Amino acid sequence: MLQLEGLTKRFGDFVALDHVTMEVPSGQVFGLLGPNGAGKTTLIRIITRITGPDEGRVMLDGHEMGLNDVARMGYLPEERGLYKKMKVGEQALYLAQLKGLKRTDAQQRLKAWFERWDMGGWWNKKVEELSKGMAQKVQFITTVLHEPRLLILDEPFSGFDPINAELIRAEILRLRDAGVTVMLSTHSMPSVEELCDHIGLIDRSRLMLHGNVREIRRRYSDNTYRIEFKGNRVALANALAFTGELLDAEENGEYSHARIRLGKGSKLNDVLRQLLPTIEVHGVQEEVPRMHDIFIRVVSERAPETVSPGMTE
Amino acid sequence: MSKIRLIIWREFITRVRKRSFLIMTILGPVLITGAILGMAWIGAQEATDHQVLVVDPEGVIGRKLEDGKHVSFFVDGHQWSDSAFQSSPFTVRINLLPGVLNDPHADLYYKSLPSEFIMNHIRGQLDKSIELARLQQANIDPEAFERVRKPLDIKSFDIEDVNQESFAQERSVIGFFFGYFMFIFIFMYGVQVMRGVMEEKQNRIVEVLISSVKPFQLMMGKIVGVAMVGFTQFILWIGITAVMVIIGLAVFASSQYDPAALAENGMTAQVQNQLLQQQAARAEAVDSDKVLAMIEQVNVPMVLAVFAFFFVGGYLLYSSLLAAIGSAVDSETDTQQFMFPVTVPMIIAIFIAQLGVLNPESPAVLWGSMIPLTSPIVMMVRVVMGTVPLWQLLLSMALLVATFIGSVWLAGRIYRTGILMYGKKVSWKELGRWLMYKG
Repeated sequence: MLQLEGLTKRFGDFVALDHVTMEVPSGQVFGLLGPNGAGKTTLIRIITRITGPDEGRVMLDGHEMGLNDVARMGYLPEERGLYKKMKVGEQALYLAQLKGLKRTDAQQRLKAWFERWDMGGWWNKKVEELSKGMAQKVQFITTVLHEPRLLILDEPFSGFDPINAELIRAEILRLRDAGVTVMLSTHSMPSVEELCDHIGLIDRSRLMLHGNVREIRRRYSDNTYRIEFKGNRVALANALAFTGELLDAEENGEYSHARIRLGKGSKLNDVLRQLLPTIEVHGVQEEVPRMHDIFIRVVSERAPETVSPGMTE
Repeated sequence: MSKIRLIIWREFITRVRKRSFLIMTILGPVLITGAILGMAWIGAQEATDHQVLVVDPEGVIGRKLEDGKHVSFFVDGHQWSDSAFQSSPFTVRINLLPGVLNDPHADLYYKSLPSEFIMNHIRGQLDKSIELARLQQANIDPEAFERVRKPLDIKSFDIEDVNQESFAQERSVIGFFFGYFMFIFIFMYGVQVMRGVMEEKQNRIVEVLISSVKPFQLMMGKIVGVAMVGFTQFILWIGITAVMVIIGLAVFASSQYDPAALAENGMTAQVQNQLLQQQAARAEAVDSDKVLAMIEQVNVPMVLAVFAFFFVGGYLLYSSLLAAIGSAVDSETDTQQFMFPVTVPMIIAIFIAQLGVLNPESPAVLWGSMIPLTSPIVMMVRVVMGTVPLWQLLLSMALLVATFIGSVWLAGRIYRTGILMYGKKVSWKELGRWLMYKG
């Protein structure tokens, strides 16, 4: 388990991170969210020990993280690249050795990866001959080659076509199932819902929201239900009069659809009991807010203010 | 392999494998050898050209004219027609005009214009002969005149070592050569370090790397790796140049005068003899004793040790500053404002070193050999001259060590912030602020 305790980082007068405390559970995918310039990259750089915090500490499995833990960590930065003039295989070997792998081990593992991802012919190509997507694949492999226990991916899907993005997504889930803790930062909310078990949302250098994705979505749900029915929608609106309100409704072929919000203290069962005499109910489903909406709600609640530029964002 | 050794190795091997390294390694010696052989060839060309015919109807030339490098004389009392001169092997004809003793005039006709150097020799020899004739005419004993005219010969001695003549002035040229070599190396390879840092930043690979290694390791690995490339190149250059010069000189030496060939050219036996004697004289060393004495005075192990020390110190100092510059900017064009204060001290150092050759004891040379930004180059001149008190040498070394430790530390702090900073025009103030950031 990765624990961040009161992490604070200042650049001159600018506070990039303000007492961020959170936990990243082991063996899960953790999504680090936030608008540009919020402090995500700074937070990631502190965890990867690229910069040090001004205050606070990073704990890994109960001990304060030290230099030796870096070998157990894989990091794919947002600003990522390779030496253009070096050959792919040679470069991957070099990066793996810098992570502490033996040359022969690295070679074996690389061969296996290259085979698995159909990259057999790339070994002696120069990086400048590769397409951007191909280079990204090489980068991903070099990030995970040393089998890290903690994997940190900053915008892992940017620059990938849908097919390769799917490949990476599957790989992330496979690694998670193998017990790797994955922390990823992304702007793609659908991928958050699909991949992440936990999230942390940072805005203006503060942690605004943090926890299990399902719980958070439930917490932000506002008793909105979607009802599929046959019958008169005026009757539906009348029946709701004291227990909730009709948000919208539409007729769609055989069935009508309506979104209703329950009033305070109302229970779905009570509302249904009132509705059943007037309309024919075919389906009811709770509308849980999407991460996208939660993100926008949390971030736009703040007073508009100019955002100071961060390190790279 | 430890991480820093891996970095050094990568820096070394990728650079050495580059085509430009191969080209420079071969081209360098070719150019140097070409220049050396070219000069030898041009010199040799001139030697075959100038056989001077002196037409002396009044018999003024009483003594034998001394042949010099590339010049030989033949004196004849009869007038030569232009066509006779043109069909002869002589390249220059000088007609001493009537009444030359009182009114020294002569006309010179040439097939190819002699160089200023040759002209001086001809003029000197003829002047001397005419002078001798005049002395005889005035009844003055030439030997007495020579005694009267003897110029003052000054030899210089170091008061602490009066047993041998000191060639401090001459030796300083060797020191300047060492210093200049250092200047070239530091500049060439320091800029390569800077480019390498910028390349890593532009490629966006730097953040990947520093998640595995410390920025300081990355920077030092690059500095050391590039230096190794430099040493390799210079060793190859010296080796290849030496081989090429030896082969070249061997080929060159075999193409000297051959009496049979001269006879074929229709020269008289007398002219032939003159030419061959002249060649024999040239083969003798000019003043080899003096050169040897000069070299013997240089404390070679000491000079080499000092050279190595200042070389490494100067390179570390400058390349770390250049690495910091490379880390702070996004593109080559942005480097200029920061390059200026780094290159200026180097150029000043070369100026002071030149001054050191002319005036070794000047205060500028003393200070230049103390201030670390200029001391590596200037101190070389002083050390080879042997005019440095030990305490000054040690002080200068200590200052250099302190400064390069400081500059490497400083550069490391700028570097680790700079490499992660994109799209920002960096000012001096900004650099100063980076020093304060906590790592």
